[in-house]
Amino acid sequence: MALAFDEFGRPFIILREQDQKTRLRGIDAQKANIAAGKAVARILRSSLGPKGMDKMLQGPDGDVTITNDGATILEQMDVDNQIAKLMVELSRSQDYEIGDGTTGVVVMAGALLEQAERQLDRGIHPIRIAEGYEMASRVAVEHLERISQKFEFDVNNYEPLVQTCMTTLSSKIVNRCKRSLAEIAVKAVLAVADLERKDVNLDLIKIEGKVGGNLEDTELIYGILVDKDMSHPQMPKQIEDAHIAILTCPFEPPKPKTKHKVDIDTVEKFETLRKQEQQYFDEMVQKCKDVGATLVICQWGFDDEANHLLMHRNLPAVRWVGGVELELIAIATGGRIVPRFQELTSEKLGKAGMVREKSFGTTKERMLYIEHCANSKAVTIFIRGGNKMMIEETKRSIHDALCVARNLIRNKSIVYGGGAAEIACSLAVDAAADKYPGVEQYAIRAFAEALDSVPMALAENSGLQPIETLSAVKSQQLKENIPFYGIDCNDVGTNDMREQNVFETLIGKQQQILLATQVVKMILKIDDVISNSEY
Amino acid sequence: MPIDKIFKDDANEEKGERARMASFIGAMAVADLVKSTLGPKGMDKILQSTGRGHSVTVTNDGATILKSLHIDNPAAKVLVDISKVQDDEVGDGTTSVVVLAGELLREAEKLVTSKIHPMTIIAGYRMAAECARDALLKRVIDNKENAEKFRSDLLKIAMTTLCSKILSQDKEHFAEMAVDAVFRLKGSTNLEAIQIIKKPGGSLRDSFLDEGFILDKKIGIGQPKRIENAKILVANTAMDTDKVKIYGARVRVDSMTKVAEIEGAEKEKMKDKVNKILAHGINCFVNRQLIYNFPEELFADAGVLAIEHADFEGIERLGLVTGGEIASTFDNPESVKLGHCKLIEEIMIGEDKLIHFSGVEMGQACSIVLRGASHHVLDEAERSLHDALCVLSQTVNDSRVLLGGGWPEMVMAKEVDELARKTAGKKSHAIEAFSRALVAIPTTIADNAGLDSAELVAQLRAEHHNEGCNAGIDVISGAVGDMKERGIYEAFKVKQAVLLSATEAAEMILRVDEIITCAPRRREDRM
Repeated sequence: MALAFDEFGRPFIILREQDQKTRLRGIDAQKANIAAGKAVARILRSSLGPKGMDKMLQGPDGDVTITNDGATILEQMDVDNQIAKLMVELSRSQDYEIGDGTTGVVVMAGALLEQAERQLDRGIHPIRIAEGYEMASRVAVEHLERISQKFEFDVNNYEPLVQTCMTTLSSKIVNRCKRSLAEIAVKAVLAVADLERKDVNLDLIKIEGKVGGNLEDTELIYGILVDKDMSHPQMPKQIEDAHIAILTCPFEPPKPKTKHKVDIDTVEKFETLRKQEQQYFDEMVQKCKDVGATLVICQWGFDDEANHLLMHRNLPAVRWVGGVELELIAIATGGRIVPRFQELTSEKLGKAGMVREKSFGTTKERMLYIEHCANSKAVTIFIRGGNKMMIEETKRSIHDALCVARNLIRNKSIVYGGGAAEIACSLAVDAAADKYPGVEQYAIRAFAEALDSVPMALAENSGLQPIETLSAVKSQQLKENIPFYGIDCNDVGTNDMREQNVFETLIGKQQQILLATQVVKMILKIDDVISNSEY
Repeated sequence: MPIDKIFKDDANEEKGERARMASFIGAMAVADLVKSTLGPKGMDKILQSTGRGHSVTVTNDGATILKSLHIDNPAAKVLVDISKVQDDEVGDGTTSVVVLAGELLREAEKLVTSKIHPMTIIAGYRMAAECARDALLKRVIDNKENAEKFRSDLLKIAMTTLCSKILSQDKEHFAEMAVDAVFRLKGSTNLEAIQIIKKPGGSLRDSFLDEGFILDKKIGIGQPKRIENAKILVANTAMDTDKVKIYGARVRVDSMTKVAEIEGAEKEKMKDKVNKILAHGINCFVNRQLIYNFPEELFADAGVLAIEHADFEGIERLGLVTGGEIASTFDNPESVKLGHCKLIEEIMIGEDKLIHFSGVEMGQACSIVLRGASHHVLDEAERSLHDALCVLSQTVNDSRVLLGGGWPEMVMAKEVDELARKTAGKKSHAIEAFSRALVAIPTTIADNAGLDSAELVAQLRAEHHNEGCNAGIDVISGAVGDMKERGIYEAFKVKQAVLLSATEAAEMILRVDEIITCAPRRREDRM
């Protein structure tokens, strides 16, 4: 720890409790940070691509997650190092923004850091490296724009969309039935998409999972699935042409928010109170009945008495439905969420063609299907699978596929996958490097080399000779000047990604490059790390 | 420069070969643990809980054994999970699924050591599983049309399931019972409607299926012990002190007389309620909640049988059997549907008095009374019977059946072997390995029965070379025999679930190349 001294040789105290802190500065700090970032990237490297492996993560409470989704791995890893946390953030922001390519972005950042280390050893100043990277990333993003292709589809011809989703799903454990899952994802997105505004609200797609059955049983339901059953075991299990009252008030005596006390001091009061209570229940049920509801969905619980009254008046009801589900039901059925019985009117009721209860397995597990809704905008993807971990992983995979489909609807440009885009960019950046006169030239070349690392990792994971394969593809691209050649991960026999139908979205790729560059720049600019050594 | 720690202090990271080793070993250890319980001559395990009382369970049900284990190895947890799902979904085959997954991983380990990439193995396994399933589909027997034959199929399935359990001595008896019970459900898979009552004493043979409904409760004192043509009101209402539910209400009085008045009013209210209930014209009242002495006395006065504190399932079942609705308000007696039964009486089983409802309207629910020497025997008997009931209820819906005794495995193994011969590339090794893993199941069955497994399985394989062969291992005579003649049947649904989830689990574990264990949560955090 470097200290400052005054003229009498006494140390100045600059940091509080400075003896207990460790401090790294200058080149050491950068090296340490780079090492940490690389370590994180190395963990994810083997998960990249269709032949990537999974990671098994055991959480603090002993629960097991098996996944190859980059964002999930990093999130569950519970890292402690500050720089490693930055990498976690990086993958998370890719997840929020694009939803796919979370592994790729971290691998990319790792490669950039590795190259930066080499430039540092040459004595190039970190800021110059950062600037070089910045320029290179701009070149790469522009080049991507140039090689991207418009991609035509419409509601009736969604085959191209399915193909793209299949690329995403092929790297996951669910690739056994990627075709059917991709179709489900695309249909779901198209069902909720607003093609005019080019917007998709993914909140309208609910993903529900239940263990048992197998992956092939996964289905898309045009409607809502609620993991609840009728409040009274003897209520009808199937309702046609349901008029649904969606309530957020409990079937219980009112609970005014202001503090109050009702004092009972005479027998008469006791009697009236009792009568009132009964009347109250009666009124509540009558109200629902009056507006013509044939099904009540309530966010809260029911009193036993109310429950029986509902049953008695032949008004099926569902209780304890979560807020999010309630909203979805309201959207799907075109109903309004009613917070008070007084405000219940027949216009506010939702409509659904069919509501039915379905039971699963040998245990008493039931779910409620709400189908043929008035407004079919909300859909549910219902996943079945052999075990809990499988279902969780399938949920994540479907989410990725949904995001890809959404991005395509927003922006129809695509680039080719299998490392083809990266190789094309690498060539472009390399060519551009010579035009820059300064020290940045080296950094730009380093960037080009870093871009190569993604296809390299792909080849490595697929059991191919990485350097040989990469150089072959690269020369092929350069020779024929066609940016569609990538790594043939699945051993199909052709390098042409157009033929293999391996696409990725343009914004996804651009975002990957930009985000990775940003984080690397940030890490390079750090030259002093002060931390508690006790930590 | 050394890399800084990325993880927290206690976290653990295992990579590549080591990670794979750890998961293989963990999964195989779990599979070996339950392996010896497989088959009709499988052994039981004693489980002693670490909780208070150190209660002991004796079982050979795979799911029960695995559920009670505290496992730290993540791969082993995957196996425990598939066994649990198998239990929930089809009820039986919980041991087989773990053993098969374990064998698949054991074979995979050999392939990995001979430098075949896990992804290649997975691809091979997938092809093999698909092929095995098709092989089974080709050989299923479906007797749905023929009711009599279907019943005998069910009976055979029940016997096959039960013969590996403690009930094997009286398997005919129990199989009859289980089939009868399941037929009463009329195709629903809701096993809640079948009530199993355990009463120690007597022998297992004394267990019986009751057409009516038995409630494990006593009749209140001074109330009739026997009612013919009973009208039953099934209720869920407070019969202790009926509180005022309006929020914030409380009683505040300033003198003793007032207290007495309020108390009087309360009593009056209860009396009112009882009168309203009586106005339904009933002679039996069953409530889910407590009935206090005062209303009980009122019921006794009116000559009505009042039963308190039947648990929730009991109430639901009673509603189902008697056809009455579960009531909570009593203002309109004319529209409440009452339950009916011909006779309610108190019966004695062993030392205990129970209430027996016979001649019920809707025959959907029924009760099975299990008798046996000790609690352990009864618990195990219940689990076995539950397995049988689950399988049967699933088979009623999916009526396809297969032969048992290692027959399906041999059929699958043969087809998979043929596929391996046709497949080019490294995948064929994995497909071959899959077939070896399948054969491991009959091998284990034979081993557990103390037979010469190598000899028997070889014989079996030779037999299966002929088309349309029905040979399997007959553990009783210790030889290869015709399974169709011996009447050893299994449900197709169970076998399919075993095959698919075992493959899925093996695939999942194989794909892992790194295990990251987070630092365990500190105890203090939870406080």
